[in-house]
Amino acid sequence: MLNLSRWKVTLVIAALIFGILFTLPNLLPQSARAHMPGWLPGKTLNLGLDLQGGSYLLLEVDTADLFKEKQTALIEDVRKTLRDDQIDFTDLGVANGAVMVRVTDPTKLDAAYQGLQRLATRTASGAIDLTITRAPDQRLRLLYNDQALREQEMSAVDQSIEIIRRRIDELGTKEPSITRQGTNRIVVQAPGESDPERLKNVIGQTAKLTFQMVDDTVSQADLQAGRIPPDDIALPATDGYAPFYVVKRRALVTGEMLTDARQANDPQTTAPVVNFRFNSQGARRFGDATSRNIGKRFAIVLDNKIISAPVIQSAITGGNGQISGNFTTETANDLAVLLRAGALPAKLTVQEQRTVGAELGADAVKAGMTSTLVGFTAIVVFMLLTYGLLFGGISVLALLINGLLIIATMSLTQATLTLPGIAGLILTLAVAVDANVLIYERMRDEIRAGRPVLSSMEAGFSRAMSTIIDANVTTILAALIMFQFGSGPVRGFAWTLSIGVVTSVFTAVIITQVLLAMWYRARRPKKLPIV
Amino acid sequence: MWPLIKIIPTQTHFQFVRLARLAGVLSVLAVVASLFFTIYPATPPCGGLNCGIDFKGGTVLEFATKPKLVDLGATRQAVAHLARGDVQLQAFATADDPNAQYHAMTRFQTPSGANPAVLVQQVKGAIVGIHGPQTAFSRSDVVGPKVSGELFRNGIMALGLAIGLMLIYIWFRFELQFGFGAVAALFHDVILTFGLIAITRMEFSLTTIAAILTIIGYSMNDTVVVFDRLRENLRKYKKMPLREVIDLSINETLSRTIITGLTAILALGGLAIFGGEALYQFSLIMMFGIALGTYSSIYVAAPIILLWGVKRGEEEAAPIKPMGATTNR
Repeated sequence: MLNLSRWKVTLVIAALIFGILFTLPNLLPQSARAHMPGWLPGKTLNLGLDLQGGSYLLLEVDTADLFKEKQTALIEDVRKTLRDDQIDFTDLGVANGAVMVRVTDPTKLDAAYQGLQRLATRTASGAIDLTITRAPDQRLRLLYNDQALREQEMSAVDQSIEIIRRRIDELGTKEPSITRQGTNRIVVQAPGESDPERLKNVIGQTAKLTFQMVDDTVSQADLQAGRIPPDDIALPATDGYAPFYVVKRRALVTGEMLTDARQANDPQTTAPVVNFRFNSQGARRFGDATSRNIGKRFAIVLDNKIISAPVIQSAITGGNGQISGNFTTETANDLAVLLRAGALPAKLTVQEQRTVGAELGADAVKAGMTSTLVGFTAIVVFMLLTYGLLFGGISVLALLINGLLIIATMSLTQATLTLPGIAGLILTLAVAVDANVLIYERMRDEIRAGRPVLSSMEAGFSRAMSTIIDANVTTILAALIMFQFGSGPVRGFAWTLSIGVVTSVFTAVIITQVLLAMWYRARRPKKLPIV
Repeated sequence: MWPLIKIIPTQTHFQFVRLARLAGVLSVLAVVASLFFTIYPATPPCGGLNCGIDFKGGTVLEFATKPKLVDLGATRQAVAHLARGDVQLQAFATADDPNAQYHAMTRFQTPSGANPAVLVQQVKGAIVGIHGPQTAFSRSDVVGPKVSGELFRNGIMALGLAIGLMLIYIWFRFELQFGFGAVAALFHDVILTFGLIAITRMEFSLTTIAAILTIIGYSMNDTVVVFDRLRENLRKYKKMPLREVIDLSINETLSRTIITGLTAILALGGLAIFGGEALYQFSLIMMFGIALGTYSSIYVAAPIILLWGVKRGEEEAAPIKPMGATTNR
């Protein structure tokens, strides 16, 4: 064990070079790092949100909302299909999770059945998504298959991630991380974003924009009594003129037909507005609708709330438009961002939100550094006092290299360092000493048992080895479980602990061995200074 | 005098096992008391523990009001009005605000049916309304009821799984009796740590679970070192009574146990003093756990082996064999 084999020395030197090279960027100022040649490692420790400040959001795609949306759309499709086929019907609605409709004329039941088959499409996996069955009393029952709904859910989450990414990019947040968690959850981590409310607003809004005609034939009295035609719907308004408007269910144009949206100021009133442009299809539809309805009002609806309901003065055929409402510059700008990025396929709900201000993070870093230094110094002094300059010094040296290796590995792998992670680091350093202590104590045992110096040292290493492995495997197991079940900061802790265990076994065993072997060769001691 | 290791005798002869009965009674009493305080009053999900928002759901807001003084009364009233229920509010000191005049922290639950995200916005608005627009929120954590339930389940599952894995590992590396001893020590440490958290009303959070998992790792580490020596000595001294072998093994590893325990506690002490509010409880729990882990490997794990007995090779399995029989093998 105490032979200075070439591979051991090489390994130690290689580890030392690796440690110094990858730790170095952390000690250099940003300006120096920018001017380093590209082949040198330039990555620094990846600080967690609790240390650098930032927001963590856990969002859930509201699947129930998604299915409800889909059902509402299906009802509209059924209505349109049967009307186009000139089939009379009643009782169109949802019952037991399926869409039901009653065909008035029994002879047209078959025709209705055939016609509605057109609504079924194939999903990505090739299955038919909609099953239509006959029910008693001339009714038809339309039900989406589970498989189709699941695929819909998956694609809704993917789509949401994409849209959130676009929205956040537009806000100029630096390096946001957006990942999927489980089947219907999305984790957004935005370092530095100190205002989680704005972030939440921008992410959480569905931003479904539609232009719908206002139905002026429904009087205020009818609205209050709830007498609304089946084609119409009452929506709340935020324009300050009326609490509710009755609008046509069918949208003239939707937000998907927008190609651009920008915040601007109205040239006459200087109030903040949003200017938008339609694509060719949207422009044509909007042009047709406005030229047919001059003098009437249409409503600009965002997420089922009416932003404004202007009167059509003339046909708008150029494909450009303007949304005015109760905007501030910031809200107008956010709306423009939302419209540009597109609507979310379903509502997102915030399940968990954690925000740490940058200042608090900086304080935590300072506290972490101080306590690491104090803890480290305490261990060094204690080891030197206990085992003397030589053996204590050797374990301190091993400990220093250990610290270097941990920081280097964490910088290289870009593992996240969190506040509990710093605690893990200190604990690792303390427990790293344990391997040294086990080896030294074993040597003392062997000397006591009457063995000569060299073989005592040999036995110290070889006999302590199985204990060291056993003791550290248990820590690794605990860390693995934390990594599996923990979230955020706890994972950081587990990761730091795991890296620390591996490097400390290496330094305590190999580096201590090489140093002691060098000492033995130079001095040929007759007794050990720790007995 | 120096190095100090020379003062520590290379061989001690403490008769640990003699006190095992007394220690056992104390341990059992402590475990029962801890269990009681952890569970009583048995309100789900946390019982006697002071659950943080991680496991109970709700919101924590930290805010700074400089240059205005924190108006605790008005804030409490406003938050209690919005959150309709139990509201905690306290001022806290920082390095540049030693008298806790400008910083406060509030914690409240989301009433059932309310949207936590909306509630936070309202509360923030109310606090800004009281203290003016320069109010800054340095931390805002919101945990919804669904997530807190999952975090709680996952946390408990992690603890159970950790203990199970340790049992399997020890079983695999040693014998089953050793595994039971180790796991008994583990349960002892974990339950007593829970007792400490319950009695001191420290916050029980995800970080606490991490601390307990680390204690599990350390407690095992300590037990493994003693067991390793025990196994070795059982092979070496085949005729020595089990009780003496246990004493010998504990004595032989005693200096290591003390030195390692001391370094860990020294390092954690630095963390507790200089690590700030966030790490204070964490390091306190760990220190307690490390002290426990050391005690339990001497007084819980080893005596259980004594209680249970252990298979010691063929000599013990067949004690009536004549002396010569072993040498013939």
